[in-house]
Amino acid sequence: MMTREAAISLLIAAGLLAAPLLGNAFDEPFVITLATKVAILGLAGTGLNIALGYGGMVSLGHAAFFGLGGYVAGILASHALNYEPLFTAPLLVEGTTQMLIIWPVAIVVSGVAALVIGALSLRTTGVFFIMITLAFAQMVYYFAISWPAYGGEDGLSIYIRNEFPGLNTLNPLHFFAICYVLLILAIGLSFLLSQSRFGLALNGARQNAQRLATVGISPFRVKLTAFVISGMMAGLAGALYADLNRFVSPSMLSWHTSGEIMVFVILGGTRRLFGPTAGAALYIVLENTLGDVSEHWLLLLGALLVALVLFARGGVIGILAGQPRHA
Amino acid sequence: MPEPILQTEKLSKRFGAVVASDAVTLDLVPGEIHALIGPNGAGKSTVIKQIAGEIRQDSGSIRFAGRDIDRLDMVARAQLGLARTFQVSSVAPEFSGLQNVMLAVQSVERKTFRFLRPALKDKPLMTQAMAHLERLLLDDRAHVRAGDMSHGERRALEIAIALALKPKAFLLDEPMAGMGPENTAKLIEILDDLRAEAPILLVEHDMDAVFALADRISVIVYGRIIASGTPEEIRANEEVRGAYLGDEGHDGAA
Repeated sequence: MMTREAAISLLIAAGLLAAPLLGNAFDEPFVITLATKVAILGLAGTGLNIALGYGGMVSLGHAAFFGLGGYVAGILASHALNYEPLFTAPLLVEGTTQMLIIWPVAIVVSGVAALVIGALSLRTTGVFFIMITLAFAQMVYYFAISWPAYGGEDGLSIYIRNEFPGLNTLNPLHFFAICYVLLILAIGLSFLLSQSRFGLALNGARQNAQRLATVGISPFRVKLTAFVISGMMAGLAGALYADLNRFVSPSMLSWHTSGEIMVFVILGGTRRLFGPTAGAALYIVLENTLGDVSEHWLLLLGALLVALVLFARGGVIGILAGQPRHA
Repeated sequence: MPEPILQTEKLSKRFGAVVASDAVTLDLVPGEIHALIGPNGAGKSTVIKQIAGEIRQDSGSIRFAGRDIDRLDMVARAQLGLARTFQVSSVAPEFSGLQNVMLAVQSVERKTFRFLRPALKDKPLMTQAMAHLERLLLDDRAHVRAGDMSHGERRALEIAIALALKPKAFLLDEPMAGMGPENTAKLIEILDDLRAEAPILLVEHDMDAVFALADRISVIVYGRIIASGTPEEIRANEEVRGAYLGDEGHDGAA
C-alpha cells in the first residue's frame, strides 16, 4: 500500500510536470520559467536535504557549491563562445557549450569544494558548524567579486543557453524537461541513499555520533561523504540555474542564497524526499503572488517559517503526511 | 593464567586538581569477568573512558589484543574489538532496536559505504542483527523505537549492540544501573554466558551481581586501585571493608 507521503510526493511530481504543460497550452511562458526555477531550486534543496536533513549538518554555505556550479557553466560557455581556450599549457583545454560536459565538471568542482570545506568544517558542530560553513561560502563570494576575469561584481553572461544533444534548450519546455528529469533522478538517488547501509549510518550519525563511533564507524567519514554528495547536487543545480538565467553573478554565491536553499528544505520538511521541492514551489509561488501585492512579502514568509518550525517540525509535507514511519 | 587480552599500565588522569586515575594497572584475561568496584566518583568510568578512547590518559599506556592502542581513537579501538556500553544508555533513539544492532553488524562486515541497496531488504544483515536481539530477549521488541523502549530494554539493547561487534573484550559500565530485580537476574544470566565469548571488564554498583559474576574484583578509591583479587579475598580485605563495602552496603543506586 502507498503511504500518505508517497501519495503526496506523487502529486507534487505530477503537479510540477503539469504546470509548464498548462503554461504552454495557455500561452503563459512565464509559468514554464517558474516551474523550471522550482525544479532547479528543488534540486539544490534536495542536495542540502542530504546534509541538513539526514546528516543533521546545518550548512549555511551551500551557496558556495550552487554558485561554483553556476560559474563552471558560465566560464566554460564564455570560453567556448569567445574561442579562447581555458589553458594552453600543459594541455590545450577549451571551453564547451555541451551540458553533458558542463554538468560533470560542475559536479566535480563543487564536490571537491565540498570535500575541502566539509573536512575543515566537520571538526566543529552546532553553531560553530553553521558559522564556519557560512565563512567559507563568503570567502568564495568575495573571491568571485574581486576576480575581474569573469565579470567580478557584474557577473558573467551566457549569450546562448548551453546545448543538449537532441533537444532545443532554448525551447522553454525542452529546458524544463531536462531540469525536471535531473530533479527526479536526484530525489530517486536520495531515496536509495536514505534506505541504504550508508543511509543507516548517516541517520545514526545525526542521532548519536558517539553511538556510531562506539560501533567502529567513523561519524566524520560518513558525514563528510554525505556533505560531498550534497554539495555535488547543489553544484549541478547551480549549472542549470546559470543556464536558466543565461547569467551568473556573485549573488548566486551569497549567504542569502544559502539561506534561501535552507528555507526550501525547512519549509517543505527535512528528510522528506519531496520536501525541498515543495518548499521551493511554495516559496516561488508566494514570491510571485504576495510579492506582487507587497514588497514586504518576506515578512509574511518569515512569520510562516517561524510558525512551521514551532508547530510543525516536518514542514509542509509533515503537516500533510503526518509523522514518518520508522523501521 | 592465560595471556591478558587487555592491559592498562599505570594509567593516570587528572581533571584540574582532581586525580581521577592514579596509576591504574589492571588486566583482563580470556574467559573472565573482572569487576571494577568503588564508591561514587572513585574513577571507575574514567578508566573505562580511557580504555575506550573517549578520553586520553595523561600518562601510562594501554595494550589490547597484542598491541599498543594509545594512539588509536574510539573508532579504531572499536574496530579492533573493544565493545563498550555506557553508564547512561547511548543508542540512536529514532532507530528501532533492530536498526541499532544493524549498524554494529555492518560495521563488523566493514560494509558501511554501500549506497544503493536498501539495508532493510538485506536478509543476512537483518538475520544477524535479529539473532543478537534474541540473545538479549529483545526479539519481540525489535521494531520498537529505541527512544520508546523501557530503561531496562535500552540497557539490554546496548549489550546486544556490543555483542554484534563480535568483540575481543567487553567494557560494561554499570549495565544493571536502574534495573529492577527481575531484569537484573536475567542480565546476570546473560553476562554469565557472555564471558565465554569475550572477557568482560565490568563496572557495577550492584554488589549481588558483582559477587555472583566476577572471577576477579578490583577496588578503586580516589582513582587508585587499593585491592585486587578473587571475590573471597576482596570480601575478607579489611581495607576494602573500611573504604567501601562496609559503609555502602548493598545499595544498588548509580
